[in-house]
Amino acid sequence: MSGKDKLPVFPSRGSQTLMKSRLKGAQNGHSLLKKKADALQMRFRMILGKIIETKTLMGEVMKEAAFSLAEAKFTTGDFNQVVLQNVTKAQIKIRTKKDNVAGVTLPVFESYQDGSDTYELAGLARGGQQLAKLKKNYQSAIKLLVELASLQTSFVTLDEVIKITNRRVNAIEHVIIPRIERTLAYIISELDELEREEFYRLKKIQDKKRIARAKREAALPKAKDVEVGNMLDEGDEDLLF
Amino acid sequence: MALHSAAKGKLLAVIGDEDTCVGFLLGGVGEINKNRNSNFMVVDKNTSVSEIEETFKNFVKRDDIDIILINQNVAELIRHVIDSHTQPIPAVLEIPSKDHPYDASKDSILRRAKGMFNPEDIH
Repeated sequence: MSGKDKLPVFPSRGSQTLMKSRLKGAQNGHSLLKKKADALQMRFRMILGKIIETKTLMGEVMKEAAFSLAEAKFTTGDFNQVVLQNVTKAQIKIRTKKDNVAGVTLPVFESYQDGSDTYELAGLARGGQQLAKLKKNYQSAIKLLVELASLQTSFVTLDEVIKITNRRVNAIEHVIIPRIERTLAYIISELDELEREEFYRLKKIQDKKRIARAKREAALPKAKDVEVGNMLDEGDEDLLF
Repeated sequence: MALHSAAKGKLLAVIGDEDTCVGFLLGGVGEINKNRNSNFMVVDKNTSVSEIEETFKNFVKRDDIDIILINQNVAELIRHVIDSHTQPIPAVLEIPSKDHPYDASKDSILRRAKGMFNPEDIH
């Protein structure tokens, strides 16, 4: 085990408990992040499906709008320059709202009418009906496009966030947790070794004590032998039988 | 990610051929601000690519624009600029023009989407 892939801690009981709680925390965080990634992924797929659906719808709506433009031109004559020159204030504007998915803010666009129609009088002479239809078609196209834009923005934002979240999940799974585990293993092995050393030391001390006691006992016995004679042997020959 | 407050209404910008612009202007997206800057650009056959690029970059920079609509054939011309625009706002939308039908395989976003999913999911 090299010193590079573990945390620089002093192997002690305290740091072992600390590491254990860190491991718990990392595992907890990992599962939470995984859940977040799953939630985002789900939303992401939903948005993607919607985008594809809306894009195809957009093709049709735009085709219809372009066709009604041609129709209006046919009846009214060329009004391109008139329209291009008479731009003043936007009638359709966009509001941004925020949507929250698993802690990620997604912008949601919403179009709304603001002010009056600049081209109210266009087509007054002739082709008014076609122009009205044309306006309506393009307004619905704009609505659809705004919707598509918010989907697309969500798509881009979510894509980014999913990447980040996945990176974090992988980092925790493959770097942080193994590192903490290795540190724990290191601490445990160090503690075991300390324990063995301690045990050996105690044994040694016991040994020394025993040797010392043996020596002391070896020095004593003569004095003891004198004092302690045979209890039965009283030196009395007179027995009853 | 700078999400501005929604207090003020934002604009749509249009880059496209004359008919597309006229259509959207009639729909009511056009605005000319105090500095006489419009939020649309008419691309005809005399417009140079660098001009389109410049306008697109200006639209991206303006903070009163939230969505940029661009004709797909025009987008094709400045594809590298669009691909390098990765911020969520303003959103760049590619729309079909009158004489160029929509091709989903060219769309920057859909191309990114295709990288993640198998093709039969798309259609």
